[in-house]
Amino acid sequence: MEFPEELKYTEEHEWVMVEEDLAVVGITDFAQDALGDVVFVELPEVGTVIEAGKAFGVVESVKAVSDIYAPVSGTVEEINDDLVEAPEIINTSPYEDGWMIKIRMADAADADDLMDAEAYQALIAEES
Amino acid sequence: MKKTPLNQVHRELGARMVDFGGWDMPVQYSGVIEEHLAVRQAAGLFDVSHMGEVEVRGANALAFIQHLTINDAAKLVDGQVQYSAICYPAGGVVDDVTLYRFNASHFLFCVNASNIEKDFAWMQQALRESALADVTLTNRSVEFAQIALQGPKSVVILSALTDVQLGELTYYHFCEGTVAGVPMIISRTGYTGEDGFELYLPAASAVAVWQNLLAAGAPHGLLPIGLGARDTLRLEKGYALYGHELSREISPLEGGLAWITKLDKDDFIGKAALVAQKAAGVPRRRVGLIMEERGIPREGYSLFAGDREVGVVTSGTMSPTLKLGIALALVEPGAAGLDSELDVAVRNRRMRARVVRPPFVQ
Repeated sequence: MEFPEELKYTEEHEWVMVEEDLAVVGITDFAQDALGDVVFVELPEVGTVIEAGKAFGVVESVKAVSDIYAPVSGTVEEINDDLVEAPEIINTSPYEDGWMIKIRMADAADADDLMDAEAYQALIAEES
Repeated sequence: MKKTPLNQVHRELGARMVDFGGWDMPVQYSGVIEEHLAVRQAAGLFDVSHMGEVEVRGANALAFIQHLTINDAAKLVDGQVQYSAICYPAGGVVDDVTLYRFNASHFLFCVNASNIEKDFAWMQQALRESALADVTLTNRSVEFAQIALQGPKSVVILSALTDVQLGELTYYHFCEGTVAGVPMIISRTGYTGEDGFELYLPAASAVAVWQNLLAAGAPHGLLPIGLGARDTLRLEKGYALYGHELSREISPLEGGLAWITKLDKDDFIGKAALVAQKAAGVPRRRVGLIMEERGIPREGYSLFAGDREVGVVTSGTMSPTLKLGIALALVEPGAAGLDSELDVAVRNRRMRARVVRPPFVQ
């Protein structure tokens, strides 16, 4: 399982890539593996204001429904439309083609509080 | 947690294990969709050793079973299997079962894993109250392992390991024979809607038989299959699952088992209640739903006709074959018409679904 060093991570197994005040968000390799085959993704509309810690979308595997939580607050700038037709991309490429939304952050410092790769790996080692 | 004789084998195969009604069972090995499609297109191997087996023996075995079950066991010939159910006096379902007839004084019930103790206690109570002499009930669940081999390649795979003439063993029939040198019951039944077999064998031989089947099947595309795909496979065929479409609160007439509810049979437990329910009009009907919008119906989601709540989803999933959301549901009779459109409450939204008659996949 991979956990790229340049990303930040949440306790709910989302990853964030910060580029200035833009945050790209997806779910981690650990999360996609735990879910199994992803068959449905529900994402917010562009322009939606979302709040850190609140659910912004849903990812469904064959068996289960899971909420996806916003790692940072801000406005949805872009969503990954490819996931609507091919949600399995989340399984095959969780950190690249499987990105979910881009958030224009209200406060770029929001992301500073998130875990780095090392802390996240320690967390999942504890969980599993 | 309870373990089947194959528990260690599943772990070695890298299965993800879950607590399934108190049993430590594999939910998936390589992935639910891949496993599901393997069974539809080639073959799959299932550990269903958690299922229970209760033997009924004695001169009055058939008379007792006729009293206990809702289907007509008198129709069975030696070597035949029947799908049946056991009801409470009020008409709710104790369990749905398969019944094996060896001869007129020897039968075997296969019952759901989570119901074994409940069923056996219920059978013993029913036997006492029936005052029938010369009937012996034996819970043999621990002695038996059960392995299901399912899919279009099942015959070619099994025939490599047995001398039994599988071509003469027709659907819902069984025989006793050896597989990989182990004596067992070979039953041409299953829960996937595909051709295949359910093997009842001594628990001590489970690992050896499993490994032989896996090896014989590998060249044909056989995969080990977890409970995840077992559920999607049965759902695509519209088969009921106890605790979902059938329960103490759901009668067989409501739950889609009218076809095995033989109300013209002599008295059986639950008959009066079921006759009354039929006469009064069955309050709910089990239907199939296919989503017309992108979305997955899940157990417990409410169903609406306009603004009126008319029912609830009892089982739902994404169909790996159709790539659409499908469900079984209990709805008011007025909303159960074929091709009726209903709305499924999916989180904060309503999504359109169409009423169909299962199976969803032919």
